[in-house]
Amino acid sequence: MSVVTLTINDRQITARAGETVLDAARETGIPIPTLCHLDGVTEAAACRMCLVKIEGRGRLQASCVTSALEGMVVHTETEAIREYRRMILELLFAEGNHVCSVCVANEHCELQSLAADHGMDHVRYEYMNPKRPVDVTHERFALDHNRCILCSRCIRTCDEIEGAHTWDFAGRGSHARIIADMGQPWGEAESCTSCGKCVQSCPTGALFRKGSTVAEMTKDRERLAELMVARKEKKWSV
Amino acid sequence: MNIADLHTIREAERNRCKPFTIRCCTSSGCRASGALEVFAELQKQVQESGLTDRVDVVGVGCPGLCSEGPLVESTHPAAIYPRVKSEQAREIVRISLNEPCQLEQLDPGHPFLTGQLKIVRARAGIIDPERLESYIAADGYVGLQQALQQSPETIVETITVSGLRGRGGAGYPTGLKWATVAKMPRGQKYVICNGDEGDPGAFMDRAVMEDAAHQVLEGMAIAAYAVGANQGVIYVRAEYPLAIERLQLAITQATRAGLLGTGILGSGFNFTIEIRIGAGAFVCGEETALIASVEGLRGMPRPRPPYPAERGLWDCPTLINNVETLATIPAILRNGAEWFAAIGTEKSKGTKIFSIAGKIQNSGLVEVPMGTTLRQVVEVLGGGVPGGKALKAVQTGGPSGGCIPAELLDTPIDYESLSAIGSIMGSGGMIVMDESDQMPEIARFFMEFCADESCGKCVPCRVGTVQLHRLLTRIIERKASQDDLDQLIQLCHLVRDTSLCGLGQSAPNPVLSTLRYFASEYEALLQPPEFPGHTRRKAPIPLTVI
Repeated sequence: MSVVTLTINDRQITARAGETVLDAARETGIPIPTLCHLDGVTEAAACRMCLVKIEGRGRLQASCVTSALEGMVVHTETEAIREYRRMILELLFAEGNHVCSVCVANEHCELQSLAADHGMDHVRYEYMNPKRPVDVTHERFALDHNRCILCSRCIRTCDEIEGAHTWDFAGRGSHARIIADMGQPWGEAESCTSCGKCVQSCPTGALFRKGSTVAEMTKDRERLAELMVARKEKKWSV
Repeated sequence: MNIADLHTIREAERNRCKPFTIRCCTSSGCRASGALEVFAELQKQVQESGLTDRVDVVGVGCPGLCSEGPLVESTHPAAIYPRVKSEQAREIVRISLNEPCQLEQLDPGHPFLTGQLKIVRARAGIIDPERLESYIAADGYVGLQQALQQSPETIVETITVSGLRGRGGAGYPTGLKWATVAKMPRGQKYVICNGDEGDPGAFMDRAVMEDAAHQVLEGMAIAAYAVGANQGVIYVRAEYPLAIERLQLAITQATRAGLLGTGILGSGFNFTIEIRIGAGAFVCGEETALIASVEGLRGMPRPRPPYPAERGLWDCPTLINNVETLATIPAILRNGAEWFAAIGTEKSKGTKIFSIAGKIQNSGLVEVPMGTTLRQVVEVLGGGVPGGKALKAVQTGGPSGGCIPAELLDTPIDYESLSAIGSIMGSGGMIVMDESDQMPEIARFFMEFCADESCGKCVPCRVGTVQLHRLLTRIIERKASQDDLDQLIQLCHLVRDTSLCGLGQSAPNPVLSTLRYFASEYEALLQPPEFPGHTRRKAPIPLTVI
């Protein structure tokens, strides 16, 4: 296996050839924020939180889909990038109905943590206050569209890890939403195996276990990646 | 079919000509003003006057001057009649009997007719788009025939030397794209023709597909031979029913004649083409979204690289070119790369078709050499703004482009010059605005379009365009202050710099370009600050791409 060396934020680091800038940075302990990235499933490059500046490239690059190359010079924390990340977070908060104080995922929410990390003390954009439904038709789980940020982690997890492909997108633009099967209530979606992996993959409180109340819904996201490694290497005694 | 057969058909068709030909436009534009009735009446009148062996009535493609349709052209004497009604059909037919005609004629020296250089649209308005023989008689499939006698590498080289650049908007060198696909390992490869023309006010590609469907097929076949593909897909939007009908007819005719299929023109080259109909999503004009749509998936872009040239349709190397680009190819093969490279400017070669619409005397399609000034197109060919009003701006490139103010009309039309003044060549839509148009309104119109057409995948485009639309609405409703304007600019930069695909990255262009040239119109709508004397920090992000 060949190894490349690159510079991230003035630090020389090594990466396996073919590894993404995001993975290389995180392995070295350099944090890059993400929302749609989830270890174990393919990348969507949709949240744009992981954008970094790579010298010699005109546009900002999503580090989750950019391969680390020999001699690359990467900046993950320029002033503009931090501002852009904060703006993206504000846009997400303005888009949905995110009320942390009554959310099952309060204090266990990736969106909330990132907002805190980025000093997002208020939202400069007009709240859209959309009227969105809550789907509680499933026996064990529920989907609150108000908290969904359309990261598509549940879609990819269901498709790639469970192989059921119950979830997908419908609608476009601000009407985009997650649907089960052909748009029926989750409880009636025949392809759903009730495995609950989507619930574990969700970064916010949009997908949660029924019966959990405010701040009770913790998620085990590492398990999904472990599952993929176990399958690949046929080692099940974790 | 072999080359000799092609030659026989060409000669037979050329000798078939009757002494007198009447051409009636049957394209979408003229159909909307009743061309089909006129066409039927012309045929009926020829029958009734017993002139069937003397007069040929041909339904042709768009001659270009759509605002004067339905257009009918007679050959002897040569004349074009605008706005023809069915009742006038008899009078036109009787001209062949040397009867005098009182109908209004277009001035043959009309700048709209004389000021163009037609390469891609050379046959539009002349051949019958529904007959293969008609296209063959006009040197159709000569380009393919010549291509098949050369090596694929020579053809890629020819296209590279010609300097042709993609006509879909971005202006990527076509030869380079072909070379990339050609260099991928042998195996399954595809050629896709992008006919998902979605810019409001643009209809160049529709005209090319309707008027010369065979020319598109020929271009695709040459491209396929050059890059080593054996299957092609034409992606057309469902809003273009006539284009779909004529493309399908052309594919059937060409397949039957052996110009598509196996062993084309006696060579070892095989190529088939199928049509995929898009359900009308603007984002499906973006190549990765288009490929997803062809595969039957939701039309959402994916990050590039890998580019389609490496991993495209069904994960195979795929060449994806715009309709106009592919329709230019046969002429380059026929006349040579040097001939093509001699037209246009240093970096932008050949001609470009524009659809001019909006506040303009002559709306329709024009094809001009690159480097022609905007003024020439708008004021001379287009005849300027009607009603004595002053021209204010020209919008090029649709929702991804910008507004060019009247004082910059002497800018030559080429990829670099247009982007230097904050707009883009785009696919060729050109909307003319007069002094009564309000620029913030224009910007809001395009932003509404983008917000509506965003696929919803990435956050800056999905949410950012909606917020931009809201901010523009606040400004137009006179509810906004300087702070809101600063926020608008900052948000424009976010959407431009961080969106996943071209739709989002270019969505702020109409706002940024109108702010650049018509800032006073925005400022006039602002409310005084709520707390005078209190200055907030300005938009922190610089105006250049970071």
